[in-house]
Amino acid sequence: MHKEPSPADRRLTTLARHLDSSSVEPMDSANQSIGVSPTSASAGARNSVFHHVVQAPEDPILGVTVAYNKDPSPVKLNLGVGAYRTEEGKPLVLNVVRKAEQLLVKDSSRVKEYLPIVGLADFNKLSAKLILGADSPAIRENRVTTVQCLSGTGSLRVGGEFLARHYHQHTIYIPAPTWGNHPKVFGLAGLSVKTYRYYDPATRGLDFQGLVEDLRSAPSGAIVLLHACAHNPTGVDPTSQQWEQIRQLIRSKALLPFFDSAYQGFATGNLDSDAQSVRMFVADGGECLVAQSYAKNMGLYGERVGALSIVCGNADVAGRVESQLKLVIRPMYSNPPIHGASIVGTILKDSSLSQEWTIELKAMADRIISMRHQLLDALHARGTPGDWSHIIKQIGMFTFTGLNSEQVAFMTKEYHIYMTSDGRISMAGLSTKTVPHLADAIHAAVTKIG
Amino acid sequence: MALLFRSRVWKSGVFGGGVARSMSTAWWRHVEPAPKDPILGVTEAFLADSSPNKVNVGVGAYRDDNGKPVVLECVREAERRIAGNLNMEYLPMGGSIKMVEETLKLAYGENSDLIKDRRIAAVQALSGTGACRLFADFQKRFSPDSQVYIPVPTWANHHNIWRDANVPQRTFHYYHPDSRGLDFASMIDDIKNAPNGSFFLLHACAHNPTGVDPSEEQWKEISYQFKVKGHYALFDMAYQGFASGDPERDAKSIRIFLEDGHLIGCAQSYAKNMGLYGQRVGCLSVVCEDEKQAVAVKSQLQQLARPMYSNPPVHGALIVSIILGDPDLKNLWLKEVKGMADRIIGMRTALRENLEKLGSPLSWEHITKQIGMFCYSGMTPEQVDRLTNEFHIYLTRNGRISMAGVTTGNVGYLANAIHEVTKSG
Repeated sequence: MHKEPSPADRRLTTLARHLDSSSVEPMDSANQSIGVSPTSASAGARNSVFHHVVQAPEDPILGVTVAYNKDPSPVKLNLGVGAYRTEEGKPLVLNVVRKAEQLLVKDSSRVKEYLPIVGLADFNKLSAKLILGADSPAIRENRVTTVQCLSGTGSLRVGGEFLARHYHQHTIYIPAPTWGNHPKVFGLAGLSVKTYRYYDPATRGLDFQGLVEDLRSAPSGAIVLLHACAHNPTGVDPTSQQWEQIRQLIRSKALLPFFDSAYQGFATGNLDSDAQSVRMFVADGGECLVAQSYAKNMGLYGERVGALSIVCGNADVAGRVESQLKLVIRPMYSNPPIHGASIVGTILKDSSLSQEWTIELKAMADRIISMRHQLLDALHARGTPGDWSHIIKQIGMFTFTGLNSEQVAFMTKEYHIYMTSDGRISMAGLSTKTVPHLADAIHAAVTKIG
Repeated sequence: MALLFRSRVWKSGVFGGGVARSMSTAWWRHVEPAPKDPILGVTEAFLADSSPNKVNVGVGAYRDDNGKPVVLECVREAERRIAGNLNMEYLPMGGSIKMVEETLKLAYGENSDLIKDRRIAAVQALSGTGACRLFADFQKRFSPDSQVYIPVPTWANHHNIWRDANVPQRTFHYYHPDSRGLDFASMIDDIKNAPNGSFFLLHACAHNPTGVDPSEEQWKEISYQFKVKGHYALFDMAYQGFASGDPERDAKSIRIFLEDGHLIGCAQSYAKNMGLYGQRVGCLSVVCEDEKQAVAVKSQLQQLARPMYSNPPVHGALIVSIILGDPDLKNLWLKEVKGMADRIIGMRTALRENLEKLGSPLSWEHITKQIGMFCYSGMTPEQVDRLTNEFHIYLTRNGRISMAGVTTGNVGYLANAIHEVTKSG
């Protein structure tokens, strides 16, 4: 099986040398040498000051899609990146988003001027209400500052930089495992990153005991990253009771919670239910940070729409904190992009568009839940060894299958299934038609490699 | 110790439920209010003024002759094509490949060998700010011992960018207050005195805030001195097309450096020349020794972008790609850019003529010699304050006038006011 590099292996190796789809032809040897082209460094002009720069490794998640695109197999399946797909396997632009776009394009009074550094005011207020609740006392008391940022990533980075400059503790605890980009975001922001136990491979559920122990032994005041719902990559969320205990523990140690809310509405299909963890913390009067993303729940991926909210002890503090957030943003990109936030604002401030949105969102969440049940049924039908109930217990877009990297590589090679090597699959990439193929692949991987 | 901590924190018991408010407010108490942004604060004050005569010549955003913001026709058409037809999937980390390709042609030339030989590492960036920031972060990571030389004066945010990237800054002479032109001799001295291999930030055209650009001959001399010293040139090009009305002409400084074989960096923005301000569209390019190096450098730029915003916004990039990829739309754009540049050049002439007609004792030659959106008037902060307080004219206290805010309707009023505050010398 491993004697000669298969086409798949060769593809994956070639991948490492090419990062964009435009470099289709292989590099010829002429390009490898320097100094032949007339535009290369002539006598007197210097060699590159970046001569020593080595090529960076491929991004583990985005690299999966690159490999998938190169595969000519008609049965290939992309279960890598967490972007929603329809039953037909197509990207989806929500109807309500199309409507909002049309409204915007038809409005000739709209201009493209710079937004303020903190972004679109309406959007910020509506985003805070969405996550904290329209009747949130923190909002009523003007204790919340909300700034528009570039999706979840941008919100986390801006929040991290603010903390590195103004907060007394520079360590952030992130769950093991977590989204691959989290450590880099916080590292570059200037924080030092530690982990707390989260996922238990034995139960494929939450290691609550380990979580409590690790947070208990964290230094007072340390920052704790919490996935608000639909944990990425495991899909394992604490229960309400567990959240309450986590809250008490965090408050007792004066730890600072930083929520990453990338899937509000995607976990249960209900926006308010999915915000319960955050609201529980805000209700006790304490402070926290929340990073929101509209990439998945409004399908605005590439528009980069998100918001960072900091819930502060009082309005005066919130005002000063906001002024300092501006100083982080201005030298990063000056002000955020207008288009996506305008779409979100248009939808959220109109009650019938908002209503339509919640319906479309629930439909996406329901389709994913249905895929979970179908996959479990298919594995049972095949008599695949092992307990696969975690497929329907886990929540949100991803399933942490428990497959190891060898099994994953096997599935890619033999069944053209593309997923991250940690065994995470994006349920959003499945359809009724493709579930059988995936079930076959899992069955084969588990029985042949086990 | 634990007991003390608990009694301070809890009203009742250890896991009692609530948290004492006094404890939770302590975390940010020390946070000072940040200073207001000097440029954006001007617009705020303008908006708050109720005078019917008020004039805003503060922020550098283009206005038409009625003082209104402009969305270019080519942009409206591109948006019509986009709405309802395309999906919003993530761009790659390096952004829209099509947009970057077209953008490189603008800076490096349609038939650039560097493009053909794939020697340019380029990524879509968050307008000019984002491009400069990516470069600064890249410079910090891969030339960690370097510093950056920044002209005096420059756009204020340049200092913030390199500071936040933790790259030490030095300055070089640029503007000559007496001549209101370029202090070329001192600039060349600074270039010669800098250690070999220093990094320099250069404004490709339409210097912000002074409007003072080196002549072609001067650029050639600067390029030569850079070769002698082995310096690195990063060009910030935020106004291509806006300076002369001709994008090719406005890229002359860059082309001179390329002809001399320099491996430059270039930050480009579509905020002004395509009126895409709030869309945040730009590009950072780094010229490399060969294709292999360009691939490596691009991959590292992406590594810096990923933990900042993952991938750049798609909408503005689509607009740019559609316009530049369609010959008719591109021609329309070139016409519209020229229109904007011409209006500004016309206002410069009008303002100068008005001042001369009023019999001003001072020379206002620099108004028409300076280039681009801004005029560095030479007025003192006190004179600026008088303009604001007595005449409701809003501009930054360094005396920078945004010519884009000048119209046939207000140029007379503006000239009169400037004359009033400057006539006594």
